[in-house]
Amino acid sequence: MINSSLKTLSQMLADKKVSSVELTQEYLNRIDTFNPVINAYIALDKDKTLAQAKAADVRIAAGSAVPLTGIPIAQKDIFCAKGWKTTCGSKMLANFVAPYDAHVITQFDAAGAVNLGKTNMDEFAMGSSNETSYFGGVKNPWDYTRVPGGSSGGSAAAVAARLCAAATGTDTGGSIRQPASLCGFTGLKPTYGVVSRYGMIAFASSLDQAGPMARSAEDCALMMNVMAGFDERDSTSLQREKEDYTRDLNKPLQGLRVGLPKEFFAEGLDANVGKVIETAIAEYKKLGAEIVEISLPNTGLSIPVYYVLAPAEASSNLSRYDGVRYGHRAESYTDLMDMYCKTRAEGFGAEVKRRILIGTYVLSAGYYDAYYLKAQQIRRLIAQDFEEAFKRCDVIMGPAAPSTAFKAGEKVDDPVAMYLQDIYTISTNLAGLPGMSVPAGFSTGADGKALPVGLQIIGNYFDEARMLNVAHQYQQVTDWHTRMPDLEMSGQPTPQGNK
Amino acid sequence: MEWEVVIGLETHAQLQTKTKIFSGASTAFGAEPNTQACEVSIALPGVLPVLNKEAVNCAIKFGLAVNAQITPRSVFARKNYFYPDLPKGYQISQYELPVVGKGVVTIQVPAVGKNPAYEKVINITRAHLEEDAGKSVHGAVEGMSGIDLNRAGTPLLEIVTEPDMRSAAEAVAYAKKLHELVQWIGICDGNMQEGSFRCDVNVSVRPKGTDKLGTRREIKNLNSFKFMQQAIEFETRWQIETLEDGGTIQQATVLFNPDTGETRAMRSKEEANDYRYFPDPDLLPLEITEADKARVRALMPELPEAMKARFEADFGLTSYDAASLTSSLNLANYFVATVKAGADAKPAANWVMGAVSAKLNAEEKSIAESPLSAEQLASLIKRIMDNTISNNAAKQVFEAMWAGEGEVDAIIEAKGLKQVSDSGAIEAIIDEVLAANAAMVEEFKAGKEKAFNALVGQAMKASKGKANPAQVNEMLKKKLGA
Repeated sequence: MINSSLKTLSQMLADKKVSSVELTQEYLNRIDTFNPVINAYIALDKDKTLAQAKAADVRIAAGSAVPLTGIPIAQKDIFCAKGWKTTCGSKMLANFVAPYDAHVITQFDAAGAVNLGKTNMDEFAMGSSNETSYFGGVKNPWDYTRVPGGSSGGSAAAVAARLCAAATGTDTGGSIRQPASLCGFTGLKPTYGVVSRYGMIAFASSLDQAGPMARSAEDCALMMNVMAGFDERDSTSLQREKEDYTRDLNKPLQGLRVGLPKEFFAEGLDANVGKVIETAIAEYKKLGAEIVEISLPNTGLSIPVYYVLAPAEASSNLSRYDGVRYGHRAESYTDLMDMYCKTRAEGFGAEVKRRILIGTYVLSAGYYDAYYLKAQQIRRLIAQDFEEAFKRCDVIMGPAAPSTAFKAGEKVDDPVAMYLQDIYTISTNLAGLPGMSVPAGFSTGADGKALPVGLQIIGNYFDEARMLNVAHQYQQVTDWHTRMPDLEMSGQPTPQGNK
Repeated sequence: MEWEVVIGLETHAQLQTKTKIFSGASTAFGAEPNTQACEVSIALPGVLPVLNKEAVNCAIKFGLAVNAQITPRSVFARKNYFYPDLPKGYQISQYELPVVGKGVVTIQVPAVGKNPAYEKVINITRAHLEEDAGKSVHGAVEGMSGIDLNRAGTPLLEIVTEPDMRSAAEAVAYAKKLHELVQWIGICDGNMQEGSFRCDVNVSVRPKGTDKLGTRREIKNLNSFKFMQQAIEFETRWQIETLEDGGTIQQATVLFNPDTGETRAMRSKEEANDYRYFPDPDLLPLEITEADKARVRALMPELPEAMKARFEADFGLTSYDAASLTSSLNLANYFVATVKAGADAKPAANWVMGAVSAKLNAEEKSIAESPLSAEQLASLIKRIMDNTISNNAAKQVFEAMWAGEGEVDAIIEAKGLKQVSDSGAIEAIIDEVLAANAAMVEEFKAGKEKAFNALVGQAMKASKGKANPAQVNEMLKKKLGA
């Protein structure tokens, strides 16, 4: 049952083969067993969860169920959920109980989905390994010595280990797709503005976008039907007709033009990962796709541009954590300035501080033009690269991450190496385009462990339904997305992050 | 050396919207602390701003009222600094692209001593939308400071002038004009005590005849016109004395102490914040179309300039009188009501700008608080027009009506101020005067025009001021054969 698709689970619930309470309890039992080792969840509230499951069963019995009614979903701890501790992976918010619901939470509640718990994440979504979390790292279910990716590492591990039916994530520079690649499941970052950011704790406002993390493209489509939609409380939310993301799943791919950017297959890509991607591309050819060589010449600039713009926005977004109204406040201080300094020195981890410092610097008088303005200009060039590319192809494909999951601790002291994890994903955030990662096979390392590899599919603006179709057709002829790791019952205690 | 003071103003006008600029929380003044602080006002994690369209309409109204260019695409920016009453750690404001561009305000600077009144055009540099901060509350809890976020997010329009003013009187005239204008167009209640209209004044001095601006000091948060006058005068003297003593002026922010009448530096430029402005990624650029402007224009009252022109054309008023009467909507309405009630426009204008305004000033009242209604004033003017009372007698009647002693006719009756227009009675008085002042009559006949006026005066005096002066004139001329 735990490896079933959302569609199957929904059908089982409708047919009363299982109740939402039973299904939820099954996941809660698995969480009890495996979470102490994996550390995917950082907040659980079984009473609340089971109450939602009971309510869902009532709704199913009343015949007013919709596709996700009664389905247990894990929520990234970046979404405010009323009455739930909402920490964003930070000591700063370790004691913060949200008094209101994020739009995404409201949408899942309205659909009658069950909130299984809040998942671990890099602090304020800043990281690619989940190692910056105040609540400790997360183990990759395929190999406990490795990271699950980040920042949505908890949701990623929960989906991969089948500790939930599906999960939510957010993606500012790759935080859905890179962990999806490293943990072997399907993750989608929608077009910027498709999912409301209201109640989603901000990292970099112009880049942050929530999306689904699930087994398959079809599951992601069902999740999108709940998550997407206009919300007047988010000024960057796009006013569009409600769409059914499952509508094109079964279209054939004959004549699909797949663009392969040469920059995505250059130096820096692990050779074994490259081979898996090539095999996947070959599969697409069999499905009738045409391959088009394209170029995204400014790809190399995406990381420097991102590490100007994202920290700039973050330095301002994180100013509200000052100890005055909520969250952490230093125990003792001499005056206001001392209170600010101690509170923020204690409340934020090293990576968050690093980005606040960078962001403050690039926005400072005398540096703004050289960094922030220049980065905005290049951002437009990166978007233009895609605009040109999409004149010649329908979707773009390549690796989602340059390597398979790396060892915990391996890149903790090398921020630039860590930042390069997002080399293939960041440019889509800068352009506001949708991107996804689809399980495409495994790469076996020197230690003999087979680790998942994700194929990235990038679409044009609002082309999510087509991307899901492209992924779904691949998943009809491959079974990578159904593979699940054999979970070990024990492992080393989860390494503590950035304390 | 002769010095010249150069003054520019930055005014924060609180906009009259029901809800805050970026949230649905109420803006009502005086509520219990933090009862009007929603999740956006508190800046909870994850909240986002949504622009209040009413605030934008207010900005458009102001732009139209000062003949300014309204920016088709303006941008909200974050002004970053830490302060306990600033919940997000940044204020949402506008920086490089404000909603209102260059405009003009015409002011009337009143006469002072021998210097006559004059008109002057003050250039508006820009006006931009921004949110207000909350308030620190000290002493509510022993040994602690509290924060009240009711005001946080209240919409403000910051209106900035060019350094066009050259005296405290000009600065005050501008501030008063602006104060009336924002109320006229209904975007601000103008309540200075509650902080709805606050002025920061930039003051510098330079040798007269030079072009280069001196170093300025900014006087913050002046909440009365009297304090503004005092503060600028003190600051100007202080700067001139400092320079004449061989000192230099440091750019600084200063506060005015109403108790001592002095300004004092609060912080110097070196300690100034780097606000790290950048476009707010949570808000889209604010787009205003011609259609938006037309829609707002249709909702606006007749503007002071248009009303002034109408007063000149319809009532034959001078430009200065028409400008004075249209310096506030209430004053203009009072004038119009006086005319509507039957008074001639010219005397109505003179009475409103003269006796009525003087009384209001002396009693520090606004025209809305006048104890004398427009209809009452018209009834008084009508008694002058129909020769029931003289202008002199009318002054006494006015005082009595102002003091609430009754209606016009009753007062005239009670005080016996009715003008004598009975030609027999006037003739009798004139005959008496001519008989008693033979010498003056001789002088007049010898060609001294002045003697005629003296005789009129004697006749008026003999009638105890009640004789109709026009009749006295006429009859005297007849008798003297002039």
